[in-house]
Amino acid sequence: MTDLDIFALAADLRARKLSSVELAQECLRRAERLNTRLNAFITLDPAKTLAEATEADRRRAAGEDHPLLGIPLAHKDLFCTRGWLTTCGSRMLSNFVAPYDAHVIERFKAVGAVNLGKTNMDEFAMGSSNENSHFGPARNPWDLAAVPGGSSGGSACAVAARMAPGALGTDTGGSIRLPAALCGITGIKPTYGVVSRYGMVAYASSLDQGGPMARSAREAALLLSTMAGFDKRDSTSLDRPTEDYGRDLERPLKGLKLGLPTEYFGSGLSTDVGSAVEQALTHLRRAGCETVTVSLPNTGLCVPAYYVLAPAEASSNLARYDGVRYGYRAAQYGDLKDMYQRSRAEGFGEEVKRRILIGTYVLSHGYYDAYYLKAQKVRRLIANDFARAFEQCDLIVGPTSPTVAFDLGARNADPVQMYLSDIYTTSANLAGLPGMSVPCGFGEKARPVGLQIMGNYFAEARMLNLAHQYQGLTDWHRRRPDGLE
Amino acid sequence: MSLSLLDIKRIALLARIAVSEQQAHEALNQLNPILGLIEQLQAANTEGVEPMSHAQDVSQRLRPDEATEPDRHGDFQSVAPQVEADLYLVPKVIE
Repeated sequence: MTDLDIFALAADLRARKLSSVELAQECLRRAERLNTRLNAFITLDPAKTLAEATEADRRRAAGEDHPLLGIPLAHKDLFCTRGWLTTCGSRMLSNFVAPYDAHVIERFKAVGAVNLGKTNMDEFAMGSSNENSHFGPARNPWDLAAVPGGSSGGSACAVAARMAPGALGTDTGGSIRLPAALCGITGIKPTYGVVSRYGMVAYASSLDQGGPMARSAREAALLLSTMAGFDKRDSTSLDRPTEDYGRDLERPLKGLKLGLPTEYFGSGLSTDVGSAVEQALTHLRRAGCETVTVSLPNTGLCVPAYYVLAPAEASSNLARYDGVRYGYRAAQYGDLKDMYQRSRAEGFGEEVKRRILIGTYVLSHGYYDAYYLKAQKVRRLIANDFARAFEQCDLIVGPTSPTVAFDLGARNADPVQMYLSDIYTTSANLAGLPGMSVPCGFGEKARPVGLQIMGNYFAEARMLNLAHQYQGLTDWHRRRPDGLE
Repeated sequence: MSLSLLDIKRIALLARIAVSEQQAHEALNQLNPILGLIEQLQAANTEGVEPMSHAQDVSQRLRPDEATEPDRHGDFQSVAPQVEADLYLVPKVIE
């Protein structure tokens, strides 16, 4: 049953061949069984999940219908979910029970989707491997010695291992696309402002965006259509008509112009990933796509600009954790300042502290112009690169990650090396553009490879069209990791 | 541009994060290579380029100055480390 996709499960629920409670029980059984090895979930709360499933069954009996009614979904542990522990992968919030729901959680509740549990993540979404979680890393279901990618590693792991049919993630510099690529699933980061950030614990507010993770583009389109929408409580939410992101899925690819950025196929790209991506391009050309070479000349500056802007915003956002209103407070302290300093020193992990210190530094007196303002100008150059590229093509394609999943511990000692995992993904966040990753084969050690698709602002439906058509030509998205039983 | 131990301690104080002598040394060793990475930005020609602070060119929405939230202070204070008589407790700041 857990191998069925969301549409097949919805059909069974609708035909009363299956109840939501039975489906939730089956997902919970699998999640509980596999979690001891995969560590995909920080919180499973069967009683709460089953209560939601019971409610979904009641709503169906009363005549309600929606493709997600009664479908269990896993939520990255930074979406506030009322009554559930919402830890953000941090000791700082390890006892935080959210007193309200995030906007996207409200939207899923409104259609009757069931909360299966809260997934593991890098602390405060800061990381590319999931190893910065206070609760230990989630594992890559394809190879338990490998990282699942981060920061939405638990969500990617849960979907790839068939614990959950779909999941929510967030992406600040690649945190949906990178784990999707490394775990062999589909994930999309929408245009900035399409999904409300209300109730999503903030990391870098001008870059953070929530999005769905699923096995196929078709399922991702359904999830995105449900979670996207205007929300007046998020001042950056865009007030625009709602969309059916699945409307173009069946559109033929003939004549679609794909831009291949020279800089994404350079020396930093490992050969196994490069050849899987080339093979995907061959499929797409055969399906009628044209390919043109484009240039994103400031690609090399994306990671440096990101590591000024994201920490700067983080240092400001995370100032709220002071041990007063919620979260961790040190057991022993002297005066108020000492209480702040000890609570933050003990409550935050190493990478989070590192980024707060960098952010504090680049915003401090005398350095603001040299670092922060400079990075904002480079951000403009990066956005201009994309604007020029999209004059020559409809969508941009390339690798999501320069390598397949690396071994746990391999990049821990060297933050700069770890940061360079995001070399092809931070650009979309900086420019505010949508980006997605779809599985396109396997590389070294039989670990999955992701194909990245980027579009102009609000081009999600066309990106999902390309992804869906590609998934009609290949079966990478239907492969499942074995040896988990 | 590289940081000194004194810089680290100053930044940590600004960020309100307690650091021991050893932690300050460790932070120094890790932050300097990161600053080296960031330093690459200086090579970019940004003359006349408008800083980009946000992905979308939208202005702040205004709303009527009315209370929109119901009073749920009980729920919100239930997650606080220390509360008494509806007030958050902190160490004494005024003698």
